[in-house]
Amino acid sequence: MWELISTIDFSPLFLSMKTGILATIFTFFLGTGAARGVMKLNHRAKSIVDGILTLPLVLPPTVAGFFLLLIFSLRRPFGAFLWENYNVKMVQTWPGCVMAAFVIAFPLMYRNARAAFEQVDVTMIYAGRTLGLSERKIFWKIIVPMAAPGLASGIVLSFSRAIGEYGATTMLAGNILGKTRTMSVAIASEVSAGNWEIAGFWVLIIVMISFIMVVFINLVSGKSNQDVSGW
Amino acid sequence: MALQLKIRKRFSGFELNAEFETEGGCTGILGASGSGKSMILKCVAGIETPDEGRIALNGRVLFDSKAGINQPARQRHVGYLFQSYALFPAMTVEANLGIVIPGKRNGKQAAIYEMLRRFQLSGLEKRYPSQLSGGQQQRVALARMLLSAPEVILLDEPFSALDGFLKDALQTDMLEFIKEYGKDVFMVSHSRDEIYKFSSQMVVISEGKSLLQGGTRDIFKNPGLMEAARLTGCKNISAIQRLGDYELYASDWNIRLMTKEKIGDSIRYIGIRGHTLIPASQPGENIMKIRLWGVTDTPFERQVLFHNAEGEDSDRIWLIQDKNENIPLFIQFPKEEILLLS
Repeated sequence: MWELISTIDFSPLFLSMKTGILATIFTFFLGTGAARGVMKLNHRAKSIVDGILTLPLVLPPTVAGFFLLLIFSLRRPFGAFLWENYNVKMVQTWPGCVMAAFVIAFPLMYRNARAAFEQVDVTMIYAGRTLGLSERKIFWKIIVPMAAPGLASGIVLSFSRAIGEYGATTMLAGNILGKTRTMSVAIASEVSAGNWEIAGFWVLIIVMISFIMVVFINLVSGKSNQDVSGW
Repeated sequence: MALQLKIRKRFSGFELNAEFETEGGCTGILGASGSGKSMILKCVAGIETPDEGRIALNGRVLFDSKAGINQPARQRHVGYLFQSYALFPAMTVEANLGIVIPGKRNGKQAAIYEMLRRFQLSGLEKRYPSQLSGGQQQRVALARMLLSAPEVILLDEPFSALDGFLKDALQTDMLEFIKEYGKDVFMVSHSRDEIYKFSSQMVVISEGKSLLQGGTRDIFKNPGLMEAARLTGCKNISAIQRLGDYELYASDWNIRLMTKEKIGDSIRYIGIRGHTLIPASQPGENIMKIRLWGVTDTPFERQVLFHNAEGEDSDRIWLIQDKNENIPLFIQFPKEEILLLS
């Protein structure tokens, strides 16, 4: 066992963690922002925008990967523009991993944040306004604490989803050891190379991380639901 | 100190059409549940936006649809006490008050503690709203509102969430607090008792329309309008036919009555309060022979419901009397107590 572990290149673990953390930071701010924005729309616009923002959750990740390639390929206008002007390249690079993980994890944050915000009693917001508080203060000091359990589960779910991302990642970022090979990509590579033990090792790590995450959500969100009785 | 208000707002199959002007002091807004009275306060506070109209507070225009003015709630300096108190649940009492004072100003802590002391909340600083009684929550909400230094205070059914015993004590307390603070107050309520106790002037709202405004005592004494009489607690109301300047026929009660005041052309109804009816022992002017329908005893008074003994289809009439008195055979409608209503 130790012999096996000593032969493993741990770069997929660190890559996955780095990718997951960075993608989660982006999803948190953009997801909560999008949730705020969508709530202000009228019913029809809300349904449409919500549909677009939720799509990555229901589509196969390969479809998201296809669109990402379409946008960021160096042979396409936007990808070429980024490369020529900002020296930014998504295809076959680590930023591509983050981008793919972000796109796939985004709906989880967005939907959790929106559900949490929609449960906030609107009279709290009115009270804040009549008390002369700024909208920013109302949001960060009143709404976010009230929505905290929902936001926390959004963060945990998007992180878990981000470190597990495979489909869109391989299409956009590829599978380069030490550069873009995350744990979930490594599992597929090792299995196809016949290295079942190494694949199993990564599986074990991912299962552990995901399990801990889910238990953590239950502990966090369960705190506010302690009064809910079973039936 | 004055509020001028003239607004129109349509919402969910309902039209609010309110217009009144007050001079300051305590103003009560009386209306049945669903009459749109809370909506008026919300428009003043800037939580809701009227479709059209104008709201000015002490000469400061808060809203004017023609001039395109709609000050945000934050800038209106209007304190609003919500029915549910709207204390921020994730904050302690201290933090609920502290958030209102901007920045880390010197003496912030002292201001909070002084306010807590005034509202008899000392010792509860570290509690969360869910750990307070209804009365304590209300005082925290009041204290928080006063720290925001409002120019005017709006109370939305402030006692509806409290039970009877607590209510009486709190009403007295709140009167004291608010008098001490010396700001104009508007209180919305469906309870005529609360309005009567609380306000020196009042506005009567019915089905979204402001019907009447004036001194509270005057309106209770002489409501003038049938709806206003009903809202101020007059249970006995009858349609009338005018027979002369001082004589009428109350068609719902099958009785001819003489009045003290001259009956104007616009008078369509009369009302008489149950406790002003006088028991009598023999027929005479303004006296009705009664047929008992039912009796209800409340802790301190007796409510007698009766019909006119003559005529089958007369409406029931309420008499409020002392519990020691016997139920009479005849009832007199004192001339001077008859409310002429249009």
